[in-house]
Amino acid sequence: MNHNIYVYIFIMFAVTYLIRVLPLTLIRKEIQSKTIRSFLYYVPYVTLAVMTFPAILDATASTWSALAALAVGILLAWLGKSLFTVAVISCAVVFVLELFLVR
Amino acid sequence: MMKSKENKYFYLKGIKMGIPIGLGYFAVSFTLGISAGNAGMTAGQAMLASFLVNASAGEYAGFTVIAANSGYIEMVIMELIANARYLLMSCSLSQKLKEETGLLHRLLVGFDVTDEIFGVAISVPEKLNPFYNYGMMTVAIPGWSIGTYLGVVMGNILPTSVVSALSVALYGMFIAIIIPPARKSRIIAGLVTISMAASFLFTKLPVVSGLSPGIRTIILTVVIAGGAAILFPIKEEQHES
Repeated sequence: MNHNIYVYIFIMFAVTYLIRVLPLTLIRKEIQSKTIRSFLYYVPYVTLAVMTFPAILDATASTWSALAALAVGILLAWLGKSLFTVAVISCAVVFVLELFLVR
Repeated sequence: MMKSKENKYFYLKGIKMGIPIGLGYFAVSFTLGISAGNAGMTAGQAMLASFLVNASAGEYAGFTVIAANSGYIEMVIMELIANARYLLMSCSLSQKLKEETGLLHRLLVGFDVTDEIFGVAISVPEKLNPFYNYGMMTVAIPGWSIGTYLGVVMGNILPTSVVSALSVALYGMFIAIIIPPARKSRIIAGLVTISMAASFLFTKLPVVSGLSPGIRTIILTVVIAGGAAILFPIKEEQHES
């Protein structure tokens, strides 16, 4: 059977949108439970940390350039540099290091 | 501040934050476009998919379904798994919106809950003004859609060194979001360390290493954030601030 590409795209859109929009529209009140509130407070930090490491190691052409970018990024963020600065300098670290590491 | 003035302030601030997001997206969606092209999609179709879906893992997964000409049901299941983490993020985000935020705003914010936009939106100290998201979306969505389009059209013209460098932009942003709070709170610092270590182990250990990245993220988030919620419930002032 041949499938229509636009039906595929519509399914991708509909499922993803419902996942995102249902909690936003259905949960209107402030949640009272202290445990659930704490859970939702911690969610972003855990999620972003899990997604960053070790995935970053495979994102670039060399594991070492990625590790260096990670270390520099953590240092700059620790020193309170802005999101934009941390992102751009991480890219620069990879670009410069890979001039030497990857050929 | 007047309401409209405040909206404008947050919209412009969102645009500024959207620039690194858009740049990172451009690199990621460029490679996404290459896989869309390999799946037999035209540049226009791939761009439409990116405009509507705004999800890297979800789109990669979807394009593999399209490439294999698999059934529609499979597409539904694939998208549910690849994007389930957004359910957690949206629950978390629902608590950042003011209770009186209208339905239209909720529908619009929900259109683009991505890892990056979520990360930035959640990092505002008080309640979230939806216009902050709209500002980010103004830059991020075109970056994402056009990057995908060009990925299909130009394939491998962009030097790999540039693509390689740009692909850490998104991780750099994640780091910039989680590290400053980790410096202030020992609990968050511990959580970040444990999360990264556990995530690393999950890619190495037998059985669990076979899990998809999306499922891994969900399991670890529920277990680690859940454990922290029970062991270290937040104090009221933390919530208010």
